[in-house]
Amino acid sequence: MSGLIRAEVRRLAKRRVTRLMVILLVLGLGAIGVAFTVASQKVGPAQVAAAEAEAQRQYEEALRWHQQMVADCEAAKARGEDITQRFPPDCGNEPGYAPQREQFDATWNLPYEFHFRDQFGVFISVFAGIVALFGFIVGASYVGAEWHSGGMMNLLLWRPRRLSVLFTKLGVLLGGVLAVTVVLGALWTVGFWLIGTFDGQTGEMTQGAWESFALSGARGAGLVLAVTAVAFGLASVGRHTAMALGVAIGVGVVSEIGMRIALAIAQVRFAERWVLSTYALAWFEKRWELQDWRACNISFSGQCEPDTFVITWQQSALVFGLGTAVVLAAAIWLMRSRDIT
Amino acid sequence: MHTQYVVGVTAVLEIEGLRKTYRSRRKGARRALDGFDMVVEAGQVHGFLGPNGSGKTTTLRTLLGLIRPNGGRMAILGEEVPARLPAVAGQVGAIVESPQFFPHFSAQDTLSLLADAGEVPQARVTEVLELVGLRDRAKERVKTYSLGMKQRLAVASALLKSPQLLILDEPANGLDPGGIREMRDLMRQLSASGMTVVLSSHILGEVQQICDSVTIISLGRRVASGPVAEVLAQHSGGGVVVRLESAADLPKAAQVLVAAGARVDLKPDHLLVTGVEKPAWVTRTLAGHDLYVSELAPVTVDLESVFLELTGTAPVTGQHRQVDQSVEVPA
Repeated sequence: MSGLIRAEVRRLAKRRVTRLMVILLVLGLGAIGVAFTVASQKVGPAQVAAAEAEAQRQYEEALRWHQQMVADCEAAKARGEDITQRFPPDCGNEPGYAPQREQFDATWNLPYEFHFRDQFGVFISVFAGIVALFGFIVGASYVGAEWHSGGMMNLLLWRPRRLSVLFTKLGVLLGGVLAVTVVLGALWTVGFWLIGTFDGQTGEMTQGAWESFALSGARGAGLVLAVTAVAFGLASVGRHTAMALGVAIGVGVVSEIGMRIALAIAQVRFAERWVLSTYALAWFEKRWELQDWRACNISFSGQCEPDTFVITWQQSALVFGLGTAVVLAAAIWLMRSRDIT
Repeated sequence: MHTQYVVGVTAVLEIEGLRKTYRSRRKGARRALDGFDMVVEAGQVHGFLGPNGSGKTTTLRTLLGLIRPNGGRMAILGEEVPARLPAVAGQVGAIVESPQFFPHFSAQDTLSLLADAGEVPQARVTEVLELVGLRDRAKERVKTYSLGMKQRLAVASALLKSPQLLILDEPANGLDPGGIREMRDLMRQLSASGMTVVLSSHILGEVQQICDSVTIISLGRRVASGPVAEVLAQHSGGGVVVRLESAADLPKAAQVLVAAGARVDLKPDHLLVTGVEKPAWVTRTLAGHDLYVSELAPVTVDLESVFLELTGTAPVTGQHRQVDQSVEVPA
């Protein structure tokens, strides 16, 4: 058994698709990191002073325009022209019509500053989404190409226990993708921590904040592994990489476009509850609230509040878990029973 | 039909009454194997012959656990398969149909990965590459290989385990004449070393030269089996070609022989006589009627003609035989 595991680890690492996708993954994640390093700037007294000066300049500019407009209006009025179409009432002399200094917030002029504690959670989701795509392609290709090229048949001549071969391949794949996820995830965290330290803010990182990031990371890794396993299962069922890619495109089109349009036409309430991406959002955000603005619930303050429908991460776990289980069960059943012709 | 026969203790491969039916919603059921029997004795080079679609590849794949049979019994090296296949897989090297490998790996990588999977020492990889003549091209990607080179690689992968039973489906396919001869020599060499080789091939001249015994399959059933010489003898019909000094005497000679109990086919320049035990009887009978034989030769058949006869696949002028189109000939 150890020989088969060793062979599969070597096979996975030797594949061109694996190597190419790892390079693209590192470059893609690196590019995002570099972009944020360049975009983020630490805000100090000099940046605040510059922002204040800019806000003051904008205020003075606006005031100058206002005074010019008032003068023009007064002149037109003196000439007996109809000023109601071109100028505000009382030529803008009404109290509060002139620009006020406090309307020009200096913070608008501050450069973007990355805040690790507040913003890194979103970047965990971005990371997981990108690595899931990597896992999907590598997972589908790993077993799909093996079936398509006849490599699987050759291997089964050596190791006739079919399920043992399938599970070894799946285990090696998931182990490999998890290793990539953990290593790159650690680098991703360190990278953004450094961006926060040198080009932004880290914020007060309590143990709770780290635990929250760790849990988000674990959920992200779970999604990556589920997507990888689904790709592996689909390609194994279809004995071709294209099977997984085709189903992914099909589900994407049907779920994200077709269902949205059809449910919108049918005016189904909370239509997004039938769309897969909603469950992905709920998985990352822990809960996702859908709103129905056609309903109006009068609140104590007299405002109109929409109906809401909450999707929790547990419900997402059920949907993705069931989907993964069904695909893997189909792959296992076919591996056991199919004639390899 | 279920044929009962005695299996020798040295049988390496035994198949009895193997049945396989492919079912498809569109095409319905197709019986690929219909009670097929086969026995291969240890140390033999055994030819496995049959027209396209006769069930050869289905038999080999079923034997190797790739296809599930609907009935029958199979054993390799005395172990029932598929139940005990994992126990004997390490002693069976096989290539089935055309060689298929991951195109972006080199021959070295391909064999090295198989060696790891089968827990075979890596040193064996170099040995088999040398054996099949791929040593100098071993580090090139398989996709750059010709069909013949892929075939050599396939044979190398089958030999990697140092198997007791080697199953080769069309191993000479795509090989150049030199390669065919090398393959023939390799088969002989392997057989001499004690390995049993089952060889499926359409190059019947090759099979006749290197095989000790054959099994011929048609329409999913065995139509002939046994040592090559025996199969040929069984289907030569014991006929003799008879020529006389004067061709004008042929009709008279035919009458004499028929009257004496032989079956005679009168040809323009000779007689084809069957149903005689010894050719000398023909000479003696004709001499008794003052008819003198100028040539008396037993009719020889080759494996190709026996194959075509048994499988009903001999070409007929003006007809286009379709795949799977064979006639049923009793075994």
